[in-house]
Amino acid sequence: MKTKKRSIAPYLLVAPATIIIVCVVFIPVIQAILMSFQSYDLRRPNAIKFIGLGNYIEAFTDTQFLNAVLRTVIWVVLGVGFQFILGFVLALLLNRQFRGRGAIRAVSMIPWVTPGVLIGLMWRWIYDGNFGVLNDILLKLHIIDSAIPFLSQKSTAFPGVIVTIIWQGIPFFALMILAALQGVSRDLYEAAEIDGATKAQELFYITIPSIKNTIYVTGLLRIIWVANSVDVIFNMTEGGPAYSTQTLSVYIYNKANALNLGYASAMAICLALMLLVVVIPYLRMNFKEEKS
Amino acid sequence: MKYEKPGTKALRLILLIVMLVFILFPFYWTFLTSIKPENELYGDTVTYFTVHPTFEAYKNLFTTTVNFLSAMGNSLIVAVSTTLVTLCVSTMAAYAFSRYDFPGRKALMSIFLCNNMFPTVLLLIPLYTIMRKLHLLFTPGSLILAYTTFTIPFSVWLLLGFINDLPMSLEEAAQVDGCTRGKAFIKIILPLLNPSIVATGVYIFMQSWNEYTFAMMFTNTATRTIPVALKSLIGQLGVQWDLLTAGGILTIIPVCIMFFFAQKRLVEGLTAGAVKG
Repeated sequence: MKTKKRSIAPYLLVAPATIIIVCVVFIPVIQAILMSFQSYDLRRPNAIKFIGLGNYIEAFTDTQFLNAVLRTVIWVVLGVGFQFILGFVLALLLNRQFRGRGAIRAVSMIPWVTPGVLIGLMWRWIYDGNFGVLNDILLKLHIIDSAIPFLSQKSTAFPGVIVTIIWQGIPFFALMILAALQGVSRDLYEAAEIDGATKAQELFYITIPSIKNTIYVTGLLRIIWVANSVDVIFNMTEGGPAYSTQTLSVYIYNKANALNLGYASAMAICLALMLLVVVIPYLRMNFKEEKS
Repeated sequence: MKYEKPGTKALRLILLIVMLVFILFPFYWTFLTSIKPENELYGDTVTYFTVHPTFEAYKNLFTTTVNFLSAMGNSLIVAVSTTLVTLCVSTMAAYAFSRYDFPGRKALMSIFLCNNMFPTVLLLIPLYTIMRKLHLLFTPGSLILAYTTFTIPFSVWLLLGFINDLPMSLEEAAQVDGCTRGKAFIKIILPLLNPSIVATGVYIFMQSWNEYTFAMMFTNTATRTIPVALKSLIGQLGVQWDLLTAGGILTIIPVCIMFFFAQKRLVEGLTAGAVKG
């Protein structure tokens, strides 16, 4: 029962938030679009000029860009995929009554409240080739014969940063799924047990369908966050060695740091368009829910 | 409940322990590193426990190298201001979305949602030039403005769920008794909403306390926040791990404490928002 009467009150209430968002997001987005059509390099401020699709053409012939796009896809698929699976497992494990559950639940969420910089640095220390604890453990277990400089060789650096982003994202998935599980009716499980369903059947035919909205929304949010994340990789490897951990957002950040703003903007627009593919179904679903 | 084989229970326990070790070990390691004496830190053997804990690194953090104390102060100013501003404007907007049906409501809500989707690096570049023109660059104002924008959508989303859960009849009763709409909001809704506002505030505080990408570009030595100060502990000669981990521990303690108090309500809001949209 909402107020239908014409009134300016809702507009006044929404105005401050809207004005801030328009000024800080929409105007910059338009500026970024304009900048992406210019040769805009702050190191050469006198050579700023309109070059049409020049930056975009450069991007699609730049192997670093194409590799970064491919790497971003792997980064998101593996990163978010494992975050979901492990987060789901953790949620199921925590979704039972046992002593100390509340405390364990709270404590296992700490990675979510830890700054990305610190996460990057903590893991860099764990992976350290000389004094790193991971090497020590693997050596003691006789899994490896000599210490591996995980983040400074091409073959192990990218898997290394992916493990870190998985570690960061498990709690958020677990948190959301655990909360959604509370809303699943007990009766469904009891009925299934009477019919002789196995645990696996219960999982796939009751649990997952009941919480699929939460899975969907959480997944989309994480995809966007992980695709945009700069701080973890930047503080572990800065995109190296030999660009082997350079995802698109890190590449853009590196270019922006190098003050080549036109080219960085064009690549950022490409990233935004890639994410739009994910966002559109999300918005659609959101309003479908609202209607019903 | 079905009869459960003891093996299943043991398996579940083992799995839980393995996951908790994976999640928590990095924090243990960070803390341990921060209190290890130097000879154990870079020694020949890696130690998993120390019998000679030292808080030298914490002392050095404040006395030598970067000015960590002022970075903490800067972070506090930015995070508190962002939290207050975002909470004010988001509560107003969420209330309007929840209680009024007005032309443009859907369009505005879409704008709010979309806002979360833009790559931060896309905004970084134009915002840098805008902040420079506004003379906000290298002041806390630039970060407060940026963080406010990034936290509004999620906060509106959270608060909308909380307000939708409060029945309209509460305000209607108050209005029948002669309250104006505004007064009904302040006297009835706001007190009921209080715990939810606190939880949302914790979320906003966390985000602004932890953010690095913008802070790196928009601050200088005098105005830098904790994440930037942490990064700056990495010098030309490599990383001083004892200082860095001590700084890390000090960084997460405040947010952890806040999160523990607010987590239950925050989770309720997150999922309510996820399910209801």
